[in-house]
Amino acid sequence: MAQGSLIGQSLPRVEDDRLLDGAGCYIDDVALPGMMHMAILRSSDAHGRITALDCSAARLVPGVIDVFTAEDWPQDMPVIPMRLIPLESSVPFLQRPLAQGKVRYVGEPVAVVVARDRRTAEDALEFLELEIEALPPVVTRDQALAATGDALMVPEVGTNISAQYQIGRGDIEDAFARADVTLKKTFQSHRHTAVPLETRGTIAVFDIAAGKLTIHGASKVTFFNRAELAKAFNLRNDQVDLITSDIGGGFGVRGELYPEYYLAAEASRRTGRPVKWIEDRREHFAATNHSRDVDCELEIAALKDGTILGMRGQVRADMGAYIRTNGNVVPAKAGQFLPGPYRVPAFACEVLALVTNKTPVGTYRGPGRIEANFFRERMLDCLADELGMDPAALRMKNLLGAAEMPFDTGDLLPNAQKVVFDSGDYPATFRKLLDECDWDAPAQVHSDGRLHAMGLACFNESSGGGLYENARISVAASGQITVSTGSSSMGQGVETAIRQICADALSMAPERITVALSSTTLLSDGVGSFHSRSTVMAGSAVGQAAAELLDQARGEAGRRLNAAPAELDYSDGVFRVMGQSDRSIRLSDLSAMLSDQGGLDVESRYEQAPLGFSFGAHAAHVAIDPGTGDIEVLDYWVVEDVGRVLNPALVEGQTIGGVVQGLGDALYGELVYDDMGQLLTASFADYLLPTSTEVPDIRAVATGDYPSPHNPYGFKGAGEGGIVAVAAAVGNAIARAIGPAGDAICQTPFHPEKILTLLHAAKKGKQ
Amino acid sequence: MSDLQAIRLNVNGVTRAVSVEPSASLADVLRQELRLTALHLGCEHGVCGACNVLLNGRAVRACLTLAVQAEEAEVKTLEGLSAEQIAVTLKECFRKFRALQCGFCTPGILVLAVDLIAANPDPSEEEVRDWLSGNLCRCTGYQPIVGAIIEAAKRLRGAV
Ligand code: FES
Ligand code: FES
Repeated sequence: MAQGSLIGQSLPRVEDDRLLDGAGCYIDDVALPGMMHMAILRSSDAHGRITALDCSAARLVPGVIDVFTAEDWPQDMPVIPMRLIPLESSVPFLQRPLAQGKVRYVGEPVAVVVARDRRTAEDALEFLELEIEALPPVVTRDQALAATGDALMVPEVGTNISAQYQIGRGDIEDAFARADVTLKKTFQSHRHTAVPLETRGTIAVFDIAAGKLTIHGASKVTFFNRAELAKAFNLRNDQVDLITSDIGGGFGVRGELYPEYYLAAEASRRTGRPVKWIEDRREHFAATNHSRDVDCELEIAALKDGTILGMRGQVRADMGAYIRTNGNVVPAKAGQFLPGPYRVPAFACEVLALVTNKTPVGTYRGPGRIEANFFRERMLDCLADELGMDPAALRMKNLLGAAEMPFDTGDLLPNAQKVVFDSGDYPATFRKLLDECDWDAPAQVHSDGRLHAMGLACFNESSGGGLYENARISVAASGQITVSTGSSSMGQGVETAIRQICADALSMAPERITVALSSTTLLSDGVGSFHSRSTVMAGSAVGQAAAELLDQARGEAGRRLNAAPAELDYSDGVFRVMGQSDRSIRLSDLSAMLSDQGGLDVESRYEQAPLGFSFGAHAAHVAIDPGTGDIEVLDYWVVEDVGRVLNPALVEGQTIGGVVQGLGDALYGELVYDDMGQLLTASFADYLLPTSTEVPDIRAVATGDYPSPHNPYGFKGAGEGGIVAVAAAVGNAIARAIGPAGDAICQTPFHPEKILTLLHAAKKGKQ
Repeated sequence: MSDLQAIRLNVNGVTRAVSVEPSASLADVLRQELRLTALHLGCEHGVCGACNVLLNGRAVRACLTLAVQAEEAEVKTLEGLSAEQIAVTLKECFRKFRALQCGFCTPGILVLAVDLIAANPDPSEEEVRDWLSGNLCRCTGYQPIVGAIIEAAKRLRGAV
């Protein structure tokens, strides 16, 4: 088997066997001897001062072994830090594991009960007496900006603005001065979240005698979380292990360093028992990161022929009550991605992050991109209408071509990190989408009484990042190879991808390779799974570790076979002296011979290269019932160039899954708050997810035409392309379907009532 | 804590004596007392279908069923179906169609599909989508699951 021969093949998934037998091991499947259960008292007020918190009655409940609050924390309670895009101005808004003095959102942890079973712990919460003196809740961006006095989240800071900065490129004044047409609109992307089917959970085991803290149920960024937990509990990194398990969907929200990890660890430290916490679904809606919730005032300047001269605007993100580990990713990416895959020579944007009395916001698949793509792509359709142009032609005219690559995007991030689009021919890939969906065919006549239309959207998308990733490969005397990376399984086939790359790099059958992911016990260091980076970063690290391992093995093999390393052929785990097939040695034998040095065992760090950018486009065909406003998405197409394709079936699965998630987000799921900051949609009865009867036929095409020059395999991430332009494409389709009334399609989600209202208003206007 | 009640549960062909609280759900008893963890809890509210088990051959929500209600019945979980032809074929097709990613929804969907194919050996795509609409999956977008179930039904009819 030659190196490179496995790249591009749809190898079956390693994960399937155990998962299909029901033998997966998710965190709630883990039970440890002597394990206790934790329940968390959460604030039911959005904003208020804690005036009393009496735990004495709860302590007396049979089966309860401990109760604690912020007051009981042994030292200063740790502050949960920002991991990504940290800005100085956000620091005063960081969260601590338990509310201290004040509560700032419904769902904020206030006290912890530990009991012998989950039900006893949950029931005992009723006996905690919490008194809160209400403060004025801030639930909108405008309220956040206007807030003074008691309505401020942290009065000493004097503002509810947690970040504010300016980005841009080119001469924006000149662009608007030269324009034939300018348009200005306000857009909004609603608050929603990922809703993985498995809620969060963890088991903490604090062994004080051994000086060891073990956290089960970790994922995503285990090494960062380990370092922070070690700090919080005065331990060294090597005294803390984070153990990963199967997880029921990550999508960006799972595995961040949430308050509950600290609480479980502290509960275990106090009780000397393993402590398990499993989130229930209602809790999940209030406690796990929300996302999106960004608005944007956007103005565009163009020539009559459709040439875009410039875009300017303001992006305002509602961050909820605290800035969590994802820092300013959501607003920063919403700003950065506004100009998108187009030329846009001049661009100016102010980015604002605002704190409100709602659940904190973090990343959810496509953070900031979903928002930016929706704002920009809707604007482009409005511009096309204004100019009387075909929306496809307008896009074609402005997309960046191969000759313009690499394309320097200018200063679009607050930390001055340079971003360059690496490769691609955006018009060529867009053309493929237009052909797939038959855009240029004459409009079909539909006789079902509904309003039909197609909508388009383009995007590009970064992947990789996160400085570095580690991989370790070891060879057992039995011949079994074990590979570990700092990236963990997020439920989307990372194990399969890693095994495939490792097998390819070692040119051996995938069955001989075992993948052991991301528990901090397996590697000295690592980063994790986010930003569609697992294949790009961990995959590259695996390739590099394999090369180093083979290098080392080749030297050893040469010595043992009395041949120069260059005279050796390698394949399928065996070195052979060229032309002499009887003089050979296996990797496994070499490893056994080296057993006093630990065998063949290589850990390698792949350092970050610049990001790779994929480009893609979506098309949606919708039909709207003019009597009810009902929206049906009948057909959906995605074409994305993902650089070199590792496993086409994995990519297709990710894309189709992403589209359906995006459809649910665009059409149904919304986290709604009332004026008092109460979350009104905290169950599956109120927060709707797409089911099998509501999703259309989806055609996903991944092309590998433009490999990234920045990593050895040419991969670009493929985890987010399915979701990032759904709201944009569906919004454009709806707007085109309802005619002039569609101009007002500026906000997600698209609910039938809103469509009806628009249609009625348009009718009235005509009369 | 309320009084425990001794009941006998027939699970996967074996009768077991367990002591349960009268309000304990079948899901909790199967997962915690009997350590049958293939069924998952996604909502504990009857919406997601991750907890499906067969009760006298029909798929039901174990989170909404009391353990005491299952006393006279025959309970089957995915573990107990593993060797049965319908389940074996379904699993093959799930693998082939990539009908799972994180796998959390999968046991509940397999159990449902066993019931579906037993009741309707030749389901149309629309019928499969209708049955499946009571199960949530956040990863796959359903398309491959629908394909897998139709193909499994076909194979079981001997039509392939
Ligand atoms: S856990 Fe039973 S239906 Fe969701
Ligand atoms: S495979 Fe993850 S929820 Fe269905």
